[in-house]
Amino acid sequence: MSIKNQDFVTFENVQKTYDGKELVVKNLNLNIYRGEFLTMLGPSGSGKTTCLMMLAGFENSTNGEIKLNGNLINNIPPYKRNIGMVFQNYALFPHMSVAENLAFPLEVRKIEKADRDKKITRALEMVKMEQFKNRMPAQLSGGQQQRVALARSLVFEPDLVLMDEPLGALDKQLREQMQYEIKHLHEELEITVVYVTHDQSEALTMSDRVAVFNDGVIQQLASPNELYEKPTNSFVAQFIGENNKFDGKVISIDGEIVTVEVNGNEFKALAVNSGDIGEKTTISIRPERVRIDDSLENVADAEVVELIYLGDHIRCRLSVEKNSKFIVKIPNSINNYILKRGDKKKISWNAADCRALDYEL
Amino acid sequence: MLFRSVENQIVSRTLPGTIEELSKWDDDSVLPSEQVYYQLAKDLKIAVENKTHTRLGSRLNYEMSGIASTFRKTGRSVKKWDIDQQINYKEKFLNIDKKWGNIEFWRLLKLYSPKVTSGYFLNAVDLIKTTEGISQRDETERIYLFLFQRTIYMSVLITLLCLLMGYPVAYLISRLPMKSANLLLIFVLLPFWTSLLVRTSAWKVLLQQEGVINDILVFVGLVGDLDRLQLINNQFGTIVAMTHILLPFMILPLYSVMKTIPESYVKAAKSLGANEWTSFRRVYFPQSIPGVGAGCILVFILSIGYYITPEIVGGTSGTFISNRIAYHISYSLNWGLGAALASILLVAVLILYYVYDKIIGIDNVKLG
Ligand SMILES: Nc1ncnc2c1ncn2[C@@H]1O[C@H](COP(=O)(O)OP(=O)(O)O)[C@@H](O)[C@H]1O
Ligand SMILES: [Mg+2]
Repeated sequence: MSIKNQDFVTFENVQKTYDGKELVVKNLNLNIYRGEFLTMLGPSGSGKTTCLMMLAGFENSTNGEIKLNGNLINNIPPYKRNIGMVFQNYALFPHMSVAENLAFPLEVRKIEKADRDKKITRALEMVKMEQFKNRMPAQLSGGQQQRVALARSLVFEPDLVLMDEPLGALDKQLREQMQYEIKHLHEELEITVVYVTHDQSEALTMSDRVAVFNDGVIQQLASPNELYEKPTNSFVAQFIGENNKFDGKVISIDGEIVTVEVNGNEFKALAVNSGDIGEKTTISIRPERVRIDDSLENVADAEVVELIYLGDHIRCRLSVEKNSKFIVKIPNSINNYILKRGDKKKISWNAADCRALDYEL
Repeated sequence: MLFRSVENQIVSRTLPGTIEELSKWDDDSVLPSEQVYYQLAKDLKIAVENKTHTRLGSRLNYEMSGIASTFRKTGRSVKKWDIDQQINYKEKFLNIDKKWGNIEFWRLLKLYSPKVTSGYFLNAVDLIKTTEGISQRDETERIYLFLFQRTIYMSVLITLLCLLMGYPVAYLISRLPMKSANLLLIFVLLPFWTSLLVRTSAWKVLLQQEGVINDILVFVGLVGDLDRLQLINNQFGTIVAMTHILLPFMILPLYSVMKTIPESYVKAAKSLGANEWTSFRRVYFPQSIPGVGAGCILVFILSIGYYITPEIVGGTSGTFISNRIAYHISYSLNWGLGAALASILLVAVLILYYVYDKIIGIDNVKLG
């Protein structure tokens, strides 16, 4: 699937407050490309739904402009925006059958019956629900309702589809299957999808780009692998994947590399988001980038606190520099280390895998 | 109540001997035999002692006016009689009152001698059981059918008005945040804390010819001082006051159903391209129908049997069948007729309930 890198939706300096005091969305700037699968990821209460509702037209932005296809849509009512939407609780109309639910958007668009039936059949085929055409929503399982809701949001061929935690109510297995199907539909239909979730693995699997929200601000907007490999602040580093961190102080800067003092030890790290000399910083290292020997640039003393056997790898919790939650993943291979609880070892990692980020309390 | 509406033991109980003798009377073109009059004297003597003869008189008076006085008059004379087989009672009775020689009267007595009667029910639908069979009452005497019609018509009107006014209110309350919603609900329930009588009387103050509304209209100049509007003691007054009083019974079931309709349905409808009106009509309203049904049944059934308010503000043109029932129970003491009317009302409500169940389905009704 090719991203055409053409702005389709733009948020410009968008702010939102419900009570006139607290900004729920603080100065949001976001460009969404045509045909893209963009996910808004963030903890609950971070303002994701609010952003989606502003885009759908159910909430007005307090400040700023939202453009769809180059046109300002702040004052266009939701029913004229031609945006498909999937709600977390499905919102299938309980008094209409599956087919009637799908016919609804076509009827209000005054599409002829023959045409309508064709589109309904096609949409139901897409989600493999043809045989449930005449059922009422209450007679369907959660996963089936989810499929119908998806079909309904697509049946009128919108250019943009919004999904607000659509899989939140499904069990893990079904959720993973649906992630895959939604992803495929997105590729097949070449629609733009804005997807909201608080589940990072869902965001990473499905998206072209992920916008990480916290506290009404986009912390980072990047592709899944960039988000994981190169988080630009502590929140993202902590929120996406597993992360080891130390709090320390910058003692020298040498171009890209800063030296950080942590409890008397000195570590070299990439200067991503650290301040001047003397300022506090948090350094972050991914568990899989740490070796249990002293062969790499930064070396530290560690004591094994806990070992968990996970089949393909062993999860090892260490106590390093007063941080007793330091995780290392040891791959399960032939020349495995044999560790025991209480072992004292040296560990090491490269400066390039270690990022000095903003200091977080 | 049902028993009362067909019960008619008074004739056979007050005049047992007479009735027995009268059953042998088969040629009703001539007056009954002397034997019947003799039994009548005997029965009446006892009745007078027990003072039950006037009750019988007033009962028969429903069917043939003037009889009550005949019984009273006769009673006074019979009191002084010594009952003796040898005396010609036929003549004696005829001397007291000509009515005793009226064949029509004897036919009536025979007609009403069985222990049960359909007379009350016939009466309640403006029919009368005469000695020639069942026929319609005189045009001037027909009131009950008309009253039933009016009761139903006005109740329907009141129900519709309540729905029209209650629906937006219930909708508003159901959409507001908890705190303001609770406050508004208290306002809805507030009237229940004041007496029904007070609320109705308040309308009297507002609507009477020298009342607040007329004063304002006159002051503004919309109405001349001399032709003030007749706003009360008629149908208008009853409808206004009852709509006000029954409104909470519409709002509460509506509210409790609307509260359970998630906002996301209407949002979904709009996101699918339906404008405000279409999303309301096709998505929101169908889901509020259980509340509409419950509210309408409740208001209609309450209204069809309402008594106090129409009594106070209804005048003559705005009263309900229940006012008539109350009149027969407490003033005219024609309990049989009152009971018959009430039974018909009950059956009417049951039929409507059944029809409603067939159309909307009673399972669709939710009170909360
Ligand atoms: N309709 C509303 N009225 C008032 N506050 C709201 C409303 N909707 C959301 N909020 C507040 O806005 C913040 C962001 O909410 P939301 O956008 O739903 O977050 P998310 O979807 O990321 O969990 C929360 O603090 C929430 O309490
Ligand atoms: Mg949300």
